Amino acid sequence: MSAELHAYLILIVIGFLPSEVWRWLGIALGRGLDEQSEVILWVRGVATALIAGVIARIVLIPPGALAGVPLPVRLAALAGGFLGFLLIRRSAFAGVVVGEGLLVLGALVFS
Amino acid sequence: MSVEPADPPAHVAFQVFLDGIVAAIRSVFFYVLIGNYVGLGALAHEVGFSFWWMALSTFLIWAAPAQVILVSTLSTAALFEVALAVTLSSVRFLPMVAAILPTMRRAGVRQRDLILPMHLTAISVWVEGMRLLPLMPVERRIAFYNGLGIGLMSGAVIGGAVGFVLAAKLPPLLSAALLFFTPMAILMSSARNSRTLLDGLAFALGLVVGPVVAAQKIGLDLMWTGLIAGTIAYLVHRLREARRKRAS
Repeated sequence: MSAELHAYLILIVIGFLPSEVWRWLGIALGRGLDEQSEVILWVRGVATALIAGVIARIVLIPPGALAGVPLPVRLAALAGGFLGFLLIRRSAFAGVVVGEGLLVLGALVFS
Repeated sequence: MSVEPADPPAHVAFQVFLDGIVAAIRSVFFYVLIGNYVGLGALAHEVGFSFWWMALSTFLIWAAPAQVILVSTLSTAALFEVALAVTLSSVRFLPMVAAILPTMRRAGVRQRDLILPMHLTAISVWVEGMRLLPLMPVERRIAFYNGLGIGLMSGAVIGGAVGFVLAAKLPPLLSAALLFFTPMAILMSSARNSRTLLDGLAFALGLVVGPVVAAQKIGLDLMWTGLIAGTIAYLVHRLREARRKRAS
């Protein structure tokens, strides 16, 4: 099988189906599902932690060009962006701008 | 005896669909999605996926967290683990679809008319839909929601395409900045959406537990990170709720 076909097969089997199945269940089960039920709350905690784990991985073991930026700069940019978010009216836009600014600045100075 | 509302004529349905697209472009989510998917498109390029693969993944999966997991972990994790992480990240769709579809159901609506709205449901579309649908007659809601969903999805597809093309052309420093957009954007949207202790704690613990678990080299890092950090956050939430109930 060609690599390209393989990539599309993975997209369907590993990406589309495991994600879409919850939408199907949502339409099948329909009403009467409590968003505040204990199981849903626990799953939400697990899913949120998992996404955080993915973020940590991208920052620690970065892909492509991001690997050229020193690790301390990446960590400082993430922390600085979060601080910017907290200090500047909890604005996500401000947080991203501060984080990205620190990353570019740090990369220019330290590499 | 009440009269059941009939399907709107085709030209009205189309107008309502366009209204949905306009509502999408006026939504703050449209711009957040573009930014998010610019980072994701750059990521897909760096990892070696094709332009069309990236576009198709947005049409089919239509869930930024699931796509980030798929794109960024395929090269390092077992397929089974990636599928598990993707499915865990998308469980939220079940209650969302279950909550939004009843607002569109009425006598005479066929199940197949609900398939597109079901697939278009993602956090952005859902939030805007829950806000806007109750404001209009029930027979117009499906067309409007489809317009809203397709409008927002278009922003994501365009963002992904722009990120993919830019990553190939920009100097390394700017491509690094583009790649950094994904972790920054997810951190920000998680911080903004976490109104409860459970969400905030789960995210903070996941950031710390993730690298610790990875360093143990026991495999299935993502699953263990989610289970350990998520369960601790859930238990802390339970304890606090119990204490609050006893106090009151």
